[in-house]
Amino acid sequence: MPAALSPRASSAMHPLHSLLLAFPVALFPGALLSDITYLQSSEMQWSNFSAWLITGALVFGGLALVWSIAALVLGKPLHFLALVLALMWVAGLLNAFQHSHDGWSSVGTTGLTLSIVSSVLALAAGWNGYSPSREART
Amino acid sequence: MIALRTFAASAALSLALCACGTEPAADQTGPRPTLPGQKETLLPPMKIARPAEWEGAKPTVPKGFSITPIATGLKVPRQMLVLPNGDILVAEGSGGGAPKLRPKDVIAGYIKSLGKTGVKGGNRITLLRDADRDGAFEFKSVLIDGLNAPYGLALVGGDLYVANQDALLRFPYSGGTTRIDTAGQVVTKLPSKPNHHWTKSLAASADGSKLYVGIGSNSNVGERGMAVEEDRAVVWEIDRETGAHRTYASGIRNPTALAVNPATQALWAVANERDELGAQLVPDYLTSVRPGAFYGWPYSYWGANVDPRVHPQDPEMVKKAIAPDYALGSHVAALGLGFVTEGGFGGTYADGAFVGEHGSWNRQDLAGYKVVWIPFTNGQPSGKPQNFVTGFIGKDGKARGRPVGVTFDPVGKALLVADDLSNTVWRIAPTRSVR
Repeated sequence: MPAALSPRASSAMHPLHSLLLAFPVALFPGALLSDITYLQSSEMQWSNFSAWLITGALVFGGLALVWSIAALVLGKPLHFLALVLALMWVAGLLNAFQHSHDGWSSVGTTGLTLSIVSSVLALAAGWNGYSPSREART
Repeated sequence: MIALRTFAASAALSLALCACGTEPAADQTGPRPTLPGQKETLLPPMKIARPAEWEGAKPTVPKGFSITPIATGLKVPRQMLVLPNGDILVAEGSGGGAPKLRPKDVIAGYIKSLGKTGVKGGNRITLLRDADRDGAFEFKSVLIDGLNAPYGLALVGGDLYVANQDALLRFPYSGGTTRIDTAGQVVTKLPSKPNHHWTKSLAASADGSKLYVGIGSNSNVGERGMAVEEDRAVVWEIDRETGAHRTYASGIRNPTALAVNPATQALWAVANERDELGAQLVPDYLTSVRPGAFYGWPYSYWGANVDPRVHPQDPEMVKKAIAPDYALGSHVAALGLGFVTEGGFGGTYADGAFVGEHGSWNRQDLAGYKVVWIPFTNGQPSGKPQNFVTGFIGKDGKARGRPVGVTFDPVGKALLVADDLSNTVWRIAPTRSVR
């Protein structure tokens, strides 16, 4: 679809951009898994793991978002990727704040929900970002 | 969106980290404080008073009293002790060292450090002397150094006890000494890992046979796991001769000062309660420490008010929890407790206790940052706290000082206040006796 709008631009990501995107794709679902483990075990260290995973996902996901916006400005057709990364980053930030609460409140229903949302958005961003461009597929 | 706006504000290095505004302050002092509902906001309400110099200004005291700095340039003064000859001992130090387990610990630690002195703790006991009794303490000497975050002090006969952050030490003391070079003898080790709340408060029983040590929790509300809370949030009773200890009371989150009421010989404590349940939860308190009692932490507060953050919960322990005697207000951070002795200042100050309130971070309207007087009758608080030393926050909203230990000096008839922001000991005395 983006290729149709701008036939000369390639939607293929720069390798560095791909590497940055890899972090939230791996770390947000990682945080979701450690959240689930915390809720199963009440063992606080799992919530601590989640907090760091979310922080890492925010740092690199933030850079991937900035890269996407810059590429967008330069004419690359990355509208969808930029939008999904932006939503993912906001959900992740809210989740980082949630995970700064103490004890059970660091996850709870709110934290788990935000972990699911940010994981789904991260996977969607990865699916979109890593898909071969239309030209390459056809 | 509130969170986003708030984040933008914090990114701009503003310390007003909460967009939730101020609520009208409920009266949260006395035996039955108003306890509003729990309010866990995305970010806790947070306001730190940034430090500023006194520049010749002084705290405010009631009419008929004057205040003077009797020692400045100290290295984080905390608790004090008045010796029989009128010498004043000041414990100087800063402890802690709990590992930063998550990003929050890094950020919150930085924010709280903005309201503290940049001076490194002295790890020593300083002696102040006013030989000619004119109210000016002309002589200053380091009595003991090489300590490890000393806090609580007590003298029983010829034994001076110092509660380091990791051990209770005994030093031989004889009247008039200005320097002790002998190594302290360990009476007992004290729980010290990882020392989230590191201060070890200390008081001796009236007959001198027992020593009481307050040991704070290793977390706000158990978020470092309950394994590190073994022997934490308790008051120990230690046999002075053998060093054997037993848990005297438990569930006291952070008993920052202990004192024996001279009128009844009962043990009293001030304690700091938990944070992040809202600006008006949970009130810090002053309480007699009842032997065997459980005061709720971490499962509940002020009796049976369950804290939802503790998991798994423990309804059996909640049932056992008793409410403390007297609320001081939420987040005031009471760190000092000193009963008056020998008639105090007379009049309305003849029976009661002074409480030093270090000041809040977990609410937008600054609370504490003052010393209050709590009148007692028949061994119990008998009225509202009255401001005694105020003016630590300037008109610009910056903190000039933060009170910690408060000690009544029956020899010089004065109140002493340790201030760990301006690193000063203040002395408040009736104007008529100072002349």
